[in-house]
Amino acid sequence: MTDYCLELKDITKRFSTVEVLHGVPFNLRPGEVHALLGENGAGKSTLIKVITGVHQPDGGEIVLNGERVHFNDPRESREAGIAAIYQELSLFPDLDVAENIFVGRQPTTRGGLIHWRKLYAEAGKLLASLGVRLDLKQKARHLSIAQQQMVEIARAFSLHARILIMDEPTSSLTLNEVADLFRLVRRLRDEGTAIIFISHRLEELFELADRVTVLRDGYYVGTHPLSEVTRDDLIRLMVGRTISNLFPKQDVPAGDVALKVENLSYPGVFENISFELRKGEILGMAGLVGAGRTDVARAIFGVTPPTSGSIQVAGQPVQINSPQEAIRLGLAYVPEDRQAHGLIPPMSITANLSLVVLEQCARHGWLQDKVECDKAFNAARQMEVRASHIWQKARELSGGNQQKVVLAKWLETKPRILILDEPTRGIDVGTKAAVHALMSKLAAEGMAILMISSELPEVLGMSDRILVMREGRMTAHFTRAEATQEKIISAATQSVSAGDVQ
Amino acid sequence: MTVPSSAEGDTLSKSLINAAAPPRTFLARFQRWEWMLVGLIVIVVALNTALSPYFLDAQNLSRTSSDFMEMGIMMLAMVFIIITGGIDLSVASNLGMCASFMGWLFMAGVDIWIAALAALALGTFAGFVNGTLVARMKLPPLVVTLGTYAFYRGVAYVLLGDQAARGYPEAFTYIGQGKLLGTLLPFSVALFGVLAVVFGLVLHKTTFGRYLFAIGNNENASVYSGVPVARIKVIIFTVSGFMAALAGLVLAARFGSTRPDIGNGLELSVITAAVLGGVDINGGAGTMSGAVLSLFLIGLLRFGMGLLNIQGQVQGVVIGLLLILSILLPNVAHTFSGSGRKLQRHSLWAIIAFVVVFIAFVAFFFWSREAVLIK
Repeated sequence: MTDYCLELKDITKRFSTVEVLHGVPFNLRPGEVHALLGENGAGKSTLIKVITGVHQPDGGEIVLNGERVHFNDPRESREAGIAAIYQELSLFPDLDVAENIFVGRQPTTRGGLIHWRKLYAEAGKLLASLGVRLDLKQKARHLSIAQQQMVEIARAFSLHARILIMDEPTSSLTLNEVADLFRLVRRLRDEGTAIIFISHRLEELFELADRVTVLRDGYYVGTHPLSEVTRDDLIRLMVGRTISNLFPKQDVPAGDVALKVENLSYPGVFENISFELRKGEILGMAGLVGAGRTDVARAIFGVTPPTSGSIQVAGQPVQINSPQEAIRLGLAYVPEDRQAHGLIPPMSITANLSLVVLEQCARHGWLQDKVECDKAFNAARQMEVRASHIWQKARELSGGNQQKVVLAKWLETKPRILILDEPTRGIDVGTKAAVHALMSKLAAEGMAILMISSELPEVLGMSDRILVMREGRMTAHFTRAEATQEKIISAATQSVSAGDVQ
Repeated sequence: MTVPSSAEGDTLSKSLINAAAPPRTFLARFQRWEWMLVGLIVIVVALNTALSPYFLDAQNLSRTSSDFMEMGIMMLAMVFIIITGGIDLSVASNLGMCASFMGWLFMAGVDIWIAALAALALGTFAGFVNGTLVARMKLPPLVVTLGTYAFYRGVAYVLLGDQAARGYPEAFTYIGQGKLLGTLLPFSVALFGVLAVVFGLVLHKTTFGRYLFAIGNNENASVYSGVPVARIKVIIFTVSGFMAALAGLVLAARFGSTRPDIGNGLELSVITAAVLGGVDINGGAGTMSGAVLSLFLIGLLRFGMGLLNIQGQVQGVVIGLLLILSILLPNVAHTFSGSGRKLQRHSLWAIIAFVVVFIAFVAFFFWSREAVLIK
C-alpha cells in the first residue's frame, strides 16, 4: 500500500485529563533518518513511548509494515523490530561488552552453561559488521558514553531491529565521537534501517537527517525534507515565533572580585586551578566531557572539598566543607545532572522550590504552609514554569521546565555567586533563550556567574572570559575578543604543556 | 528576578501554572491507604465481634492495647528511619540491653528511677553509635544495625546471664501496668498516644520532617541543596535508640521482671507495622497516621485470634499474609481506578495473586481455628 515501514495515524494520548498528543501523524521510510523536533514538552518523548509500547495511545493507530499493531509493553515492540536508545544508557556496568550485547540471550552449551567462545565470536562478528572497534572484554563501566552507545546500538542490531530510535544521542559526546556516531548511523541507514533521531542541535539535523517532523505543544506542525528548510524555518516552526538572539549577554563593567580560587587541587581529578570571578561577569569554562570541570565546581561548592588550594569569597579566605557552608556564603550551584542532583523528582514543585530556603518558610522549625506556598508560586510564575499546578510532581515536568525549577530554587537563596553546570543541556530553544536572557540579566544586576558548558556557541556567546580545561588542568584563558571556536577546541584537546596558563 | 519573557503576546496572558491543585474526586479521597486500613480494622472488629463475645469488652481491649505499646513506641522512630531510606534492626536488642542494664543496676541496689534514667542514657548512646557509623562512616544501615543487633543482645546476656531481675516497686510497674486515674486507659497507651502525636507533627509539619522525605527521595540532591543529611541521620538513629530504651522500660514494667531475651524478635514486628502502614521500605513516602493505624490493626487482629485460641505461630502466618496483601492491594486498586483503561497483563497478575493470597488468608484463618478447637 505504501512504502512506509512505520506509520502513525492521528495518535492521541491523554494523561488523566490532560491531552498531551493531539492527533499526531508520523511516518517513516526504510533507509531514512527522520528527525523529530520540538521544544521540551512538545510531545516528542511521549510519541516515542507510544511507538515503543511504554504508553498505549488513547486514539489513532500504529501501522507497522502495513499491519495494524498494538504494543502492550516495550518487549512487544522490541520483538517487532523496534529498538530505542535513550539518553540514560542502560548497560550493566560489571558485564563486559560482549555480555552486554547478548545479555539475557547468551548462547549456551548443551549443558546449559554459557558458551563463552561462541559469545565472543558472535559479538566480534557483529561489531565488525557495524565497523565498530571495541575491546570485547572491557567492562561497561570503563567505557566512555560514546562507546556505551555503540554497545547499545550493537545490542539493538543483534535483535534484528529494523527501526532504531535515538533520543538525544549526542548531548554528551565530544566532536570526534559525534562524527563516529554519525558514520555508524549513515551506515545503518544505507543498509535499510529506518532511524528516528531526536536532537536539540539543529546543525546536526542538517548534517544527518533526511526529513524532519516538528511538534509543538502536542500538535503536529509539519514534516519537511531538510533540503527544503533553513535553520530559522525550523526554529519558527518549533516555537511558533522567531527568536532573534540566542546569546544576548550584554556588556557589564566587571565589579569587585567575588570569588578567587588559587591552586585548587584534588589529586587525580584536577590540579592547580586558579581563577578570579568578578561581579557582573560570566566566566565560561570550556573543555571536553570528563576534563574535571564539574569536579572543580563540586569542590568549590563543598560537595567534595579540595585537598589543597585556597578559596576567597568577596576577599575573605574561606573553608567550604559542605554545601550548607557554601550556601551561607552566598554560593549557588545548579548541577549538571538535574534528575540525580538538582531535583527531588518524586516530590512536588513546591517542595523542590522551597527545599534550600525551607528555614525561611518556617517559624521555629514549624512549616508555614501559606508562606511556603506563596514563595513557590511566585518563584514558579516568575520563572514561567509550565505545569498545571505547583503541587505537580517534579518528575512529571519536561526537561526544560525541570531546569527552570532548579534555577528558580537556587535564585530563591539570592546568591551572589552562581555556578551553572551545563545550564541548557537537553533543553529546547525557547527555554534556552530564556535561560540565556536570565543569565545576562543576573550578571547585569551584579551577580558573578561561573558557567560550565560543552556547547561552544553558548560558551562563546555568553562568556566575558573563557577558561579551558583538559584532563584536570587549565590549558588556556581567553577574553571574549580573543576566543574563537578553533582556539578553544585546540586548547581542550592539545596535550598539556609545562607552562599551562599565564 | 523575573525572567525576561522569551515569548511575545499570548504566552503571558495564558496562565502557565496554578497555585492550587484541582479538587480531588470523592473516590480519589478514599483511595488513600489510611482509609483502606480503617476499612480493614472495621472488618477485623466486625469479624471478631461475631466470632467471640469477649472481643468488644472494654477491660479486654484496654489490656490488649497495652500489649503492643512497646512495639508502637519503637515504630514511631522506625518510621523516621525508613522514610529516609534506612532501617534499624537493632531496636529490639537495644531494648533488651537497656532493660537488662536497668535490671542489673536495680539488683545491685541502685534506685529504680536512677537505673531507669541510666538505661535511657545507654539506649540513646547505643542509637548514637548506630547513627555515627551510618552517617559519618557512610556504612549501610542494614549491615551496621545487623551488627549491633547481635552486639546489644549479647550485652544483655552478659549483664544478666540466665537469671531474671525482678521485684520492681509498684510505682515503676505502673508505667507498664497502670491505668490513668479513674479510667480504663492504660498509662502506656496514653504515653504512646502523646508520643505518636508529637512524632506525627514533627514528620508532617516541620522542616525536619520535610528533610526526612527529601533524603528518602533523593539523598544526593538533598546534599546538594544544603540539607544537613549526616546530622539528621545521626539524630534519627539516636532518637531510635532512646525510644528503644523507653520501650524497654515499659516492657520491663509490664512484665514486672527482666530476662535478657526480653523483646526478642520484636524488630521485625516493628518494621512490619511500619510497612503495612504504608511507609515505603525504599524511603521517601509514608504517613504517621498510617503506621499507627496498622499498629492497631495488627494488635486487634492478634488479640482476636488469641481469643479464638489460635496459636502465636499461626497468628504470624496470618500477619505475613496480610503484609503481602497490603503490597498487592495498591496495584489492584490502581488497575480499577484507571477509567476505561485496558487491563494490562501485569495488573491481571496482581489481581490473580491478590485473590489467591486472600483465599489462602481466609482458609488459613478458619482452618487453624478448627484445628485448635477440635482438640
